[in-house]
Amino acid sequence: MNEHDEHPLHLDGNALAGPLGEVFLVDPTTAWRRCPSCLRPSTLAELHVYGPEPGLTARCPGCAAVALRVVTQPGHLWLQLGGGAGAFRFSRPRIMP
Amino acid sequence: MRGWRRARLTGRTKQTATGRTLVFEVPRWPGHRPGQHVDVRLTAADGYQAVRSYSLAAPADGERVELGVQAAPGGEVSPYLADDLPVGAEVEVTGPLGGWFVWTPQEAGPLLLLAGGSGIVPLMAMVRARLASPSDEPCTLLHSVRSPDDVWYAAELDAAAAARHVRVRHLWTRAAPEGAARPVGRLTGADLRDLPPPADCRCFVCGPTGFVEHAGDLLLAAGYAPGRIRTERFG
Amino acid sequence: MGSLSPGFQGRTHAFEGRLPPGQYPTESFPVLSAGPTPQIPTDRWSFTVTTELGETRTWSWEQMMALPQEEPTADIHCVTRWSKFDTRWRGVSLDVFLDEVETAADFVVAESFDGYTANLPLEDVTGGKAWLAHTYDGWELAPDHGGPARLVIPHLYFWKSAKWVKGLILTPENEPGFWESAGYHDYGDPWREQRYWSD
Repeated sequence: MNEHDEHPLHLDGNALAGPLGEVFLVDPTTAWRRCPSCLRPSTLAELHVYGPEPGLTARCPGCAAVALRVVTQPGHLWLQLGGGAGAFRFSRPRIMP
Repeated sequence: MRGWRRARLTGRTKQTATGRTLVFEVPRWPGHRPGQHVDVRLTAADGYQAVRSYSLAAPADGERVELGVQAAPGGEVSPYLADDLPVGAEVEVTGPLGGWFVWTPQEAGPLLLLAGGSGIVPLMAMVRARLASPSDEPCTLLHSVRSPDDVWYAAELDAAAAARHVRVRHLWTRAAPEGAARPVGRLTGADLRDLPPPADCRCFVCGPTGFVEHAGDLLLAAGYAPGRIRTERFG
Repeated sequence: MGSLSPGFQGRTHAFEGRLPPGQYPTESFPVLSAGPTPQIPTDRWSFTVTTELGETRTWSWEQMMALPQEEPTADIHCVTRWSKFDTRWRGVSLDVFLDEVETAADFVVAESFDGYTANLPLEDVTGGKAWLAHTYDGWELAPDHGGPARLVIPHLYFWKSAKWVKGLILTPENEPGFWESAGYHDYGDPWREQRYWSD
């Protein structure tokens, strides 16, 4: 894994370990999911992830349907699962330099 | 919830023209498994922060943490880490991160590692862990790399290849050293012949997106089970 | 934390007058993506305006190219903090499309071929403030940058300027789009630094 801000190509869900680790107690990358659109199973680590800015968009590796979105801002982390479920806004500790 | 720890740069090694390994001292580092990564956070004087992921290049070793950094042209973070962060200065890290792209020496069975370019970094942690373990299960590293100038850990990999159970093969994609038997070019199915039998082998693939997808397809075609192949893309 | 990362400057540098707060100038044109880049041949392209009553008006590529063309030059501001000055576009004012339909709606959702959406007040895409652009800097718009055609709405953060746009849907209520529903601001004025929902 290496710096990805200059690369327009996608990463994978391994890169979500850090951002989602802020709000998950268990490592999220091993979590399994079956895509509701194409029924393909995958771990979160295997999702195709676009970003990191303006947010991380994780998609099914089979059909590219959106699985989740993460937006990190200074005071909050937004997590939206799927398309229409509404985003959850988590508070992050504000860290001053 | 995880926290951020201060990490002091204690050493930097030039691997290639743009590749560096950086060694940090991280007080109270909890340890990690080969394949895991950390997120590194930089803070500018005005409070602006940037976070990027970097793979851990060595097995757990107390408070010593080694990262691989490939400087991306025009990059915001990687050129700074590669060449500008002074030895003795600090960044912040959080981790270890990732529980999927990991391997532990206790796992039985042969290991097949496919690296594209600087994708060698997390796989190097696995090679080093295998060398340090008493197991004599075979471990094969195929390293797809442009030319001899682009090889990370050249001397260490040469030494590793002398071990009875470790095999290292460079696949030159643009320029090969004199006398190389394999024609220059990207990974093909022929490169996967005479490797450990697919049945009980675990495969780890890391590199740029195109390499990872190509290598994954070849492994599946060669009979490796999808459930035994783990991949990590870096762009 | 004063000893952290000495010499790291990030991307914030001063630029007089034309740089909204928290932005830095760039010469390059960064590509941000939230998914695979769709490839839309112009013979399969169309642009549809849908009213709040479900009535539609559709233009093919040739019909769109036959409409009056404008050549706006504008500064653009991305919420990821880069700003790019004097970008040159060629395309059709959204007024031309919207003048063709009857509506009492106050909002519009821009919809793209890849499923992306962005919501806007109708008054922000009328009155000569927004375009459907097919040419950038004299060249046909590349797929990476939203080609064959994208919205250009320079006075708002650039995520509102949907790439690969396929239509506008007029809505009586404000309906949050792709990023707006995941924390980004409903309006997105760079001069008021409206990046996130709470700004």
